[in-house]
Amino acid sequence: MEYAKELMIILFSAILVNNFVLAKFLGICPFLGVSKKLDSAVGMSLAVTFVMLMATAVTYPIQVYLLDKNNLGYMQTVVFILVIAALVQLVEMVLRKFIPALHKSLGIYLPLITTNCAVLGVTVLNIREGYTFAESMINSLGGGLGFMLAMVLFAGVRSRIENSKISKSFQGLPITLIAASIVSMSFMGFGGLIEGLFK
Amino acid sequence: MLVAVLSVAAIGLICGVILVIASKLMAVPVDEKAEKLRDTLPGANCGACGFAGCDGYAKYLADEKSPRTNLCAPGGDRVSRKISEILGMEFQDVVEKKAFVRCTGTFETAEYKMEYDGPQTCAANNMFYQGRRSCSVGCLGFGDCVSACKFDAMSIVNGVAVVDRDLCTGCSACAKVCPNNLIDMVKETNMVSVGCSSHQKGALVRKECTAGCIGCMKCQKTCEYDAIHVTNNLATIDYDKCTNCGKCVEVCPVHVIKNCGANGVCTGCSGN
Repeated sequence: MEYAKELMIILFSAILVNNFVLAKFLGICPFLGVSKKLDSAVGMSLAVTFVMLMATAVTYPIQVYLLDKNNLGYMQTVVFILVIAALVQLVEMVLRKFIPALHKSLGIYLPLITTNCAVLGVTVLNIREGYTFAESMINSLGGGLGFMLAMVLFAGVRSRIENSKISKSFQGLPITLIAASIVSMSFMGFGGLIEGLFK
Repeated sequence: MLVAVLSVAAIGLICGVILVIASKLMAVPVDEKAEKLRDTLPGANCGACGFAGCDGYAKYLADEKSPRTNLCAPGGDRVSRKISEILGMEFQDVVEKKAFVRCTGTFETAEYKMEYDGPQTCAANNMFYQGRRSCSVGCLGFGDCVSACKFDAMSIVNGVAVVDRDLCTGCSACAKVCPNNLIDMVKETNMVSVGCSSHQKGALVRKECTAGCIGCMKCQKTCEYDAIHVTNNLATIDYDKCTNCGKCVEVCPVHVIKNCGANGVCTGCSGN
């Protein structure tokens, strides 16, 4: 029971309090680039969630059984980038062969996130926080879901922006960045929520 | 140091080998014919052919035994000919079409019943008391057709949609989004159109818009080819019979019948 509570805390703090996009500012480029339409935002975030989980499952054993054993902690970034990039390529091939429908909807986003900083970030942070394997997986799941939450919310904000009159100097990216900062600030309101919920 | 170099090299090698094996095992045969056909198509993904984008049409062309090669309206005869060459089939002629907007009511001629400040799209405005104009079937002028057009052929001039016939490819994307179904796709050779779609009686039309068909029957009486008829207070052209002679254009007292043949751009629709 205690352990389940611990996992819940990790999951919800990854989604809300330590949201990868809005609190840690990782993965900003897909956040701004692919959030114009709701369906592509959902597709992208599903791909990110999927890759985060896969990447954690592969990099965690590498860290524990290879890098830590041989005192090679400083090679972490290089090795992780290498492994994640290869993994995403492999996943893309498997999807294209066996699940063409999923490949069609995720396909164009998968290569985009090979070296996405949110994916690399979640694997590195799992190690730094000293999570066990299960905790790492839960943290990655939360990170992916948090990414999806941010993307979906922001797609809604952007569709509102599209339909409103904006003065010329703010049109396009400036108003998008301002909106992103306001959404990010609103997520600060979740600070302390987890302690209140579970403790 | 040596351990680090070796282990990273080993990981890289393992990843590389796995990827090579996977790419051999997972290779999906790509249909060369479909690829070639796909390259031939214009790539606008407009949906005029009835398939979900150019990829869908290319797949249909490659898979079907005797496909219809003349479905791509934007590509026209040129693309149809290329497709037939690739497939080794007989050339099928594409019936080129152009869009006509069945409304000519501008800001000056049409009455507006509200100051609309909601979402600036025709679809949204049309849901709100059938649009901002007194005439419930007229052009709303927010340009849903303009954003639907992939070829920059539509524009809103003085509150009404106007088609640039040089740029129009006949894909009918605009016709699909117009909430009042005001846009007709008509054969390229037909130049004359009626710029009104109101079935109201003449006096009522007159109150709502001075650029509306009042059903006076003058065009019907003038036409030598029996090509234009007034039904339900609205003149409609039988495009199989129309010869673009332009007699009806001259006699129309409210100037809703337009002849676009004079020059490339359908200036008639903006009220000139």
